[in-house]
Amino acid sequence: MPEALGDWPDVVLHVVSGKGGTGKTTVAAALALALAGDGRQVMLMEVEGRQGLAQIFDVPPLPYEPRKLAVTPGGGEVWGLAVDPEEALLEYLELFYNLRRAGGVLRRMGAVEFVTTIAPGLRDVLLTGKAVELVRRQDKQHATVYDSIVMDAPPTGRITRFLNVNTEIAGVAKVGPIRNQADSVMNVLRSPRTAVHLTTLLEEMPVQETIDGVAELEDAALPVGGIVVNMTRPPALSGGGTGPDLAREQVAAGVSAAGFARGSGPDAEAIIDALLAEAGDHRARVAMETVERARIDAVGRPVYDLPYLSGGIDLAALHELAAMLDEQGMA
Amino acid sequence: MSGASKRLVAPKLDIDALIDDPRTRIIVCCGSGGVGKTTTAAAVALRAAEHGRRVCVLTIDPARRLAQAMGLTELDNTPRQVDGITGGSLSAMMLDMKRTFDEVVESHSDPERAEAILSNPFYQALSSSFAGTQEYMAMEKLGQLRAQSDSEGLWDLIVVDTPPSRSALDFLDAPERLGSFLDGRFIRILTAPARGAGKGIGRILGAGFGLFAGVLTKVLGTQLLADLSAFVAAVDTMFGGFRERAEATYALLKDSGTAFIVVAAPERDALREASYFVDRLDEDQMPLAGLVLNRVTRVRAPGLSPDEATAAAQRLSQNGEHRDVAALLGLHADRMRDAERQRRLAERFTAAHPHVAIAEVYALPEDIHDLEGLRVIGDLLADAV
Repeated sequence: MPEALGDWPDVVLHVVSGKGGTGKTTVAAALALALAGDGRQVMLMEVEGRQGLAQIFDVPPLPYEPRKLAVTPGGGEVWGLAVDPEEALLEYLELFYNLRRAGGVLRRMGAVEFVTTIAPGLRDVLLTGKAVELVRRQDKQHATVYDSIVMDAPPTGRITRFLNVNTEIAGVAKVGPIRNQADSVMNVLRSPRTAVHLTTLLEEMPVQETIDGVAELEDAALPVGGIVVNMTRPPALSGGGTGPDLAREQVAAGVSAAGFARGSGPDAEAIIDALLAEAGDHRARVAMETVERARIDAVGRPVYDLPYLSGGIDLAALHELAAMLDEQGMA
Repeated sequence: MSGASKRLVAPKLDIDALIDDPRTRIIVCCGSGGVGKTTTAAAVALRAAEHGRRVCVLTIDPARRLAQAMGLTELDNTPRQVDGITGGSLSAMMLDMKRTFDEVVESHSDPERAEAILSNPFYQALSSSFAGTQEYMAMEKLGQLRAQSDSEGLWDLIVVDTPPSRSALDFLDAPERLGSFLDGRFIRILTAPARGAGKGIGRILGAGFGLFAGVLTKVLGTQLLADLSAFVAAVDTMFGGFRERAEATYALLKDSGTAFIVVAAPERDALREASYFVDRLDEDQMPLAGLVLNRVTRVRAPGLSPDEATAAAQRLSQNGEHRDVAALLGLHADRMRDAERQRRLAERFTAAHPHVAIAEVYALPEDIHDLEGLRVIGDLLADAV
């Protein structure tokens, strides 16, 4: 067995949520790579049919069965899986009732659509149920197949509802087999084997959603993990970006020393104006990030930082981010 | 090389022409989550109001401070006048999905029947947590506001923000899906036995029904079926009404007085989603005004290339002087690279949709949370800076 790693040694199921636009798919992928160090087997699953993982790993759309997405230098492997609610429903019927052949009838009657797109909670029981099945999956020698499962989960605004399946289906099934399945899923989701990590940016709305999200998860007795602050822009200027304004003469001297002269190449005056304006933008951004960081710190959860990468996200960038998560103890 | 390659240029989305045209009666802002839909809707509404329109903006889930700035301190499901507007007028409201659904029930049933529906556990789940209810009720509310503006003349323009769905397409599909479910075959079959029609229906559906009924009982349990039956019995008079209502509002969206604005950030996912949505509007012959490309990196000195800036920063660093200027040159290089990547993504969108007009709004360094900030966004949208 590989050694237990990082701040979450007991966690098998890592659920990664975050407000739309905060990069939760990127963070989930980087975390999966980080967890796959030291020869570990990691399953990275997505549940919203967006095929975000295929995009980010630049592979064809993922089917409803594991596909290898990446290997790590330590010999670990990251597998990918896109959970389709309809497939999950048929699998569920087969597994529990040996009723796969009922699929056609159910579809004709509109039942498949009811369960997979309309009824609250039923769809979520199937999706979370699949995650729990992966957690429990064993090979013929009864060894655990995956060391970790990472789920690219629905956004913060919906995550508590998504995971809190047995409360959510109460409206449609207070008792019965679906309810029993929900209870069994809930046992894993509420256990120390699960952690729900939230991704945020240092901006007002994502931070507010993170704070609200942590409170909601706690109210629902779901295990809150860490907070990943994504796309940070560390202060680049002296004084942490909060010092006095840069003087025009100071910038002019630097621009001149850098070899930009009047009359040759790019116009020095235009560059000075632009750099001064960009300095202003940067300081405003840093000031906002400082305020928002204090609010994130006040939540009292472990915080991990990932920088903004101006080149966009590709496999190399994911490995880079994974190394940073590893270094900070998230994996 | 760059000089020779022909750049794809999208037509310019003229927001002012859109809001100044009295024939524009509804503007729908859609797009994937986190792209700034709510802020865009509020900014468009405010700008239209200050151009003399009498505007009502329906928001779904505004940021707290933005809601406060628009006077949305209580969620009472009716539009409230926003203070501090010059020119026309602006009313704002936040959608209360459950309240809206309750009102639909109340207006279509006698008090006794309404009471039975409202207290039914299945209805309570339906009105608060069914997928698609928020979209259905956003459309319902839009229909109501439009009817109200026709009869009372309070507003001449309604601006709608759309719910944060899994997919932007949900706004168009979910109401119809839910309406069909409520009116449809499945719910009637589910509840047929309780209505004493089990055998008859079974005979009509022929082989397969026994299996079907068995699966349902096994999987869902009897409790759900009982609640459902009571619900169906209570809303029996409304059947046909759910889908009809969804269809009526859907038709309103096709009206020539409606304009869709698709909002996207200059990122791969958001633009792909926008692309799907644009195709869909086209298919359904819905009127698209254009794309708002939000939070574009602002380039302040396009003449200074990223490579030049990086090289200059390195020259300064080697001499160990002008550290802040070196840092600024580095930031500039990053910005230029971002802007370049965003431009390529936008061009790819335009290559696929050459006729879609685009308005770019550059990223502001800080959050928007007051009317002044919304005015700035409005100016940027209209290219009036």
